[in-house]
Amino acid sequence: MTTTPQAVRRASPRTRRPATPAVPDPSAGLLPQPEPVRLLDPDGTPLPARDDYPEPPVETLREMYRRMVVGRRFDTQATALTKQGRLAVYPSARGQEACQVGGVLALRDSDWVFPTYRESMALTARGLDPVEVLTLLRGDWHCGYDPAVTRTAPQCTPLATQCVHAAGLAYGESYQGRDTVALTFIGDGATSEGDFHEGINFAAVFKAPVVFLVQNNKYAISVPLSRQTAAPSLAYKGVGYGVPSEQVDGNDPVAVLAVLNRAVAHARAGKGPYLIEAHTYRMEPHTNADDQTRYRDADEVEAWRDRDPIARLEAYLRARGVLDDAAVAAVAEEAEAYAATLRRRMDEQPTVDPLSLFEHVYAEPTPQLVEQRELVRAELAAARDEEGDA
Amino acid sequence: MATVTMAKALNAALADALLDDERVLVFGEDVGQLGGVFRITDGLQARFGDKRCFDTPLAEAGIVGFAVGLAMSGLRPVVEMQFDAFAYPAFEQIASHVAKLRNRTRGALSVPIVIRVPYAGGIGGVEHHCDSSEAYYAHTPGLKVVTPATVDDAYSLLRAAIDDPDPVVFLEPKKLYFSSGEAELPARTAPIGTAVVRRPGTDATLVAYGPAVPVALAAAEAAREEGWDLEVVDVRSIVPFDDATVTASVRRTGRCVVIQEAQGFAGVGAEIAARVQERCFHALHAPVLRVSGLDIPYPAPMLEHTHLPSVDRVLDTVARLQWDDQPDSRWAAA
Repeated sequence: MTTTPQAVRRASPRTRRPATPAVPDPSAGLLPQPEPVRLLDPDGTPLPARDDYPEPPVETLREMYRRMVVGRRFDTQATALTKQGRLAVYPSARGQEACQVGGVLALRDSDWVFPTYRESMALTARGLDPVEVLTLLRGDWHCGYDPAVTRTAPQCTPLATQCVHAAGLAYGESYQGRDTVALTFIGDGATSEGDFHEGINFAAVFKAPVVFLVQNNKYAISVPLSRQTAAPSLAYKGVGYGVPSEQVDGNDPVAVLAVLNRAVAHARAGKGPYLIEAHTYRMEPHTNADDQTRYRDADEVEAWRDRDPIARLEAYLRARGVLDDAAVAAVAEEAEAYAATLRRRMDEQPTVDPLSLFEHVYAEPTPQLVEQRELVRAELAAARDEEGDA
Repeated sequence: MATVTMAKALNAALADALLDDERVLVFGEDVGQLGGVFRITDGLQARFGDKRCFDTPLAEAGIVGFAVGLAMSGLRPVVEMQFDAFAYPAFEQIASHVAKLRNRTRGALSVPIVIRVPYAGGIGGVEHHCDSSEAYYAHTPGLKVVTPATVDDAYSLLRAAIDDPDPVVFLEPKKLYFSSGEAELPARTAPIGTAVVRRPGTDATLVAYGPAVPVALAAAEAAREEGWDLEVVDVRSIVPFDDATVTASVRRTGRCVVIQEAQGFAGVGAEIAARVQERCFHALHAPVLRVSGLDIPYPAPMLEHTHLPSVDRVLDTVARLQWDDQPDSRWAAA
């Protein structure tokens, strides 16, 4: 909040009233700081250390760097696979590596992640099989991985609907005496959806251990943030629900992880949900099908290259003396090998079984589905016979 | 046997489910201390505590989405939508997640939740309190949709719904909440997916569900004076639909009228009529006819009797089933 000198002058006579006892500010501890938390300058120079957001251990930061490099290589490979027609569509997260990797690095394996369609990188960084992650986008089924085993909900396409699931799951886990934390990813545009508000409100009312990580990448496809909100920051949306909130420079990996660590610890300690707005930028179009020249200038995109999260962390770790040329080369090599394996595996045509369409609609197929399955079975048999005759 | 209301039977089913299965949680708007606006959850919070039966924020998408998450954590949520039309904010959660999660994840996740919806009219409710919303749910693969018409079915189907591995939209006919019946609780009638011949007859089959069942039974009773012996089939389970019971009845009687309270166009009755025609064509002596609500937004209380299927409208329709082997003039014209 800024106060103009005129406002001060107008207000001053009123301040001469007898002093009333100070009332504690009920929003204290809920509002984010006026500026995003930042621990590294864009060039990787460390800023003064802060007590509220202690820097994560250097080993963790090295691991974060590794996963970010591999994650970006995965992402560019997935974009390339789309151009080759191997994927139906791919929404890239390039430029958002600090959030994608930080979001999963702050969690335990026993915690749950609720991703959107843009979190393929986050899920591979969590250790999920990249081919299973890309099943949705390749189109051989919807969710390719096992959510129960990976503790990772299906990538959610209906915007913000996963926020309420995260609240329910987190409450259910704590109700059953487990200290699971649920982290839900969400974009800036989706904060306009009702389910974001219902999710954060339910989580707050039931004190569910949920971290809401908003990646504000400035655009909802083409629509800029100014059309989503008039709030000073998306992190200000927490206070209305009684949820402590913070904003962070989403391209500062050290700050992202530091803020996430605090949020996850808050949730795990039974203090309820936490809202984080990470200011970042989507370097690629919304998906390969999008034409970003219609809504943003190349200059704008170019300017964000100077705030690249990987270069930033690399510069910092090199300056700390914990990353050298050999280590950088090793990570790059690992990333290339990861991409090569992915390419090879994605070259294999997946087998799809039309009869599997009838499985998993219900626990047991209804009589009507059994009938339809027989119809399809007969169609397939007839098609095979025709092929045999030809 | 004792005389109980459907409301009491539903209440007993919830209580027994809470008692038998510690994973069961009952929640929604005003279901705690108040016991629900229709008192279906009366006394449950006092008996089982506010962790097992609780009020939520007033947000239907939130309630259903919260239930999805709870189910993912291994619990068995039973949620109450306060009224039919107030469930619409939850429709995205129901259609995109509740109905599809099992399928999307090839069975790795399931959503064994029950969404209780007081539905339909006949209670003099003002607008947005009397919608028949069954077609929306029945049109959504992955959901089971059931609706009881009797007291013992209300108990039995609700217990079956809570035990079911799939999500069940449980439609409670509001106008039958305080109708009484003889029932021995706990009653177990038949599994979900089973229709029942409520009244045997030889001349024609009336197929009905939920609030239309008492109308069908009253019409069948009145039809005796006209010399017709009508069979009444209570569908009970809209999804999965029991083709076998309905088909067997119509093949016996050779005539069929489908009765629903909802507006007719593209409704559940249309689906039933089509299925009967597809399966019973050579047994039919007359076209399958439908009696339904009018294709209008649910009317204001003082006009609802014109909208709702009545015994007279059912009997007029039965009269058009080509009894004298003459084509109905309505179909012969043009």
